[in-house]
Amino acid sequence: MTKKTKSLSLNFGPQHPAAHGVLRLILELDGEVVEKADPHIGLLHRGTEKLIEQKTYTQALPYFDRLDYVAPMNQEHAFALAAEKLLNVEVPIRAKYIRVIFCEIGRILSHILNVTTQALDVGALTPSLWGFEERETLMTFYERASGSRLHANYFRTGGVHKDIPLKLVEDIEKFCKSFPKIIDDLEGLLTDNRIFKQRNVEIGIVSKKEALDHSFSGVMLRGSGVPWDLRKSQPYEIYKDLDFKIPVGKNGDCYDRYLCRMEEMRESVKIILQCIEKLPKGPVKSIDNKISPPNRDDIKQSMEALIHHFKLFTEGYRVPKGDVYTAVEAPKGEFGVYLISDGSNRPYRCKIRAPGFSHLQAMDYLIRGHMLADVPAVLGSLDIVFGEVDR
Amino acid sequence: MSSYLKNLEKLINSELSSKVKSSIIKNNELLIETDEAELLDVVQFLKSNENCKFRQLIDIVGVDYPENEKRFEIIYLFLSHEYNLRIKVLIKFQINQTIVSLTKIFPSANWMEREVFDMYGVKFKNHPDLRRILTDYGFKGHPLRKDFPLTGFNEVRYSEKEKKVIYEPVKLEQNYRNFDFESPWEGTSYIKEIKNNNINKDDKKN
Repeated sequence: MTKKTKSLSLNFGPQHPAAHGVLRLILELDGEVVEKADPHIGLLHRGTEKLIEQKTYTQALPYFDRLDYVAPMNQEHAFALAAEKLLNVEVPIRAKYIRVIFCEIGRILSHILNVTTQALDVGALTPSLWGFEERETLMTFYERASGSRLHANYFRTGGVHKDIPLKLVEDIEKFCKSFPKIIDDLEGLLTDNRIFKQRNVEIGIVSKKEALDHSFSGVMLRGSGVPWDLRKSQPYEIYKDLDFKIPVGKNGDCYDRYLCRMEEMRESVKIILQCIEKLPKGPVKSIDNKISPPNRDDIKQSMEALIHHFKLFTEGYRVPKGDVYTAVEAPKGEFGVYLISDGSNRPYRCKIRAPGFSHLQAMDYLIRGHMLADVPAVLGSLDIVFGEVDR
Repeated sequence: MSSYLKNLEKLINSELSSKVKSSIIKNNELLIETDEAELLDVVQFLKSNENCKFRQLIDIVGVDYPENEKRFEIIYLFLSHEYNLRIKVLIKFQINQTIVSLTKIFPSANWMEREVFDMYGVKFKNHPDLRRILTDYGFKGHPLRKDFPLTGFNEVRYSEKEKKVIYEPVKLEQNYRNFDFESPWEGTSYIKEIKNNNINKDDKKN
């Protein structure tokens, strides 16, 4: 005798603590097995790309903080690099080091959030309590450099906004010395944890080929065993002078991706320590006054500086005609900016390539055949932040 | 890097001579222009050829040029892990033309094409699921077209009277102010040129 079963459709989100933001996921279930997942995104769509077209380059930059809001400066970096490539400006060496320090801090920020909330989704509360304490410390570093914890607006075309104080460098160094201990503690809680492994090992497996076909990047790609990191393969700033490793996974499941993230945090700490050791002295923004604003002191002394300041914050600077694509290795993957300039002071078109967009797209492929309870685990390991997916 | 790009450009021009309209290397990036009719062949070639292996589609970018006869452009960005190269493929087309979908070759083109459809109203042939993606349910218009106003047409608020969220035409207390700060003068190029010369001189001294 055959029994007829009806598939059940379930609305997951848009307000669900395990949806990591405003994701509406329409699941079709056969009993407890997921047959189809249809993510509805766009609930956090703010029209960033349209807004950027109306703003000068300086004004456009803060919008990037609001994309992936757990690692703001990495996003700014991509835009700053794109504008610099079109303008052909040289960034002073000290600014490059500062940028790398803060990009790696951003990476740690993002990975802590992801690893600990993923653990929270599968039932472990403690890691997030421990992790968020460290995030708070890191965000005070952001604050001390840029004046704000989240929306930094710190990386400007031609360098960074302001130099960092000596005490801050010391504190970051101190943090880097103590942080590996915290990673050990977190690993102690999770890596060999039976429940955590049961929920993550062999869940959401991605093969190498599928990872490429689905435009995966970052940890999603490396977790599947593709050794690809833009910091190594297409190095920008000073990454080629630094010594660090790229952790690569083997099985491409949620657990391997977790391990990659943990290892990447250790590498980031190493990178920051190297940068602090080598941190050179000098200017932190381009000396071209037509692009980077003058010092406060100069404005009070020099007429020319005053004019420059006024022109930069009203008209902005003009960027030569052309189109350019720059990508950085953001914590979540390849974050790219495709910038088209028509020679005026505003971008003609600024397309933002968010890694989370392609990752979430593969949700249907990843979750098909898994149980309903695996949905949060897979979603957690995708590392989705809706600021960047919805733009 | 640039010598690789030149070789790649040569290869593409010789292998796909009839299908590629033009190619240019600018800012260390290779851009090839092709026709919509040839797009599938070109992309298939780029993906499968031994010397290209562009196996990852990075993004699909729509651009709107209202003053052009062929109003829209789509730029496909590809990445080859094997050769560590990027390539941009450009097509230009008129407003009503439907574009062939890449979903057969790259599954990830699905959402990217949906986004282009949502933002520009470009239709794709053979796309499995061409719905809006980023805008609201029941949204009208295509927001990234240049003739779409920044403030949009409808706004949303919670109505105390009807006890639900309602849509209304946008009412602004003050019109959107679009300041034109751009100075009518040439701009900054001459200063930069002088500086570049200086840098070159310094290099020679060293």
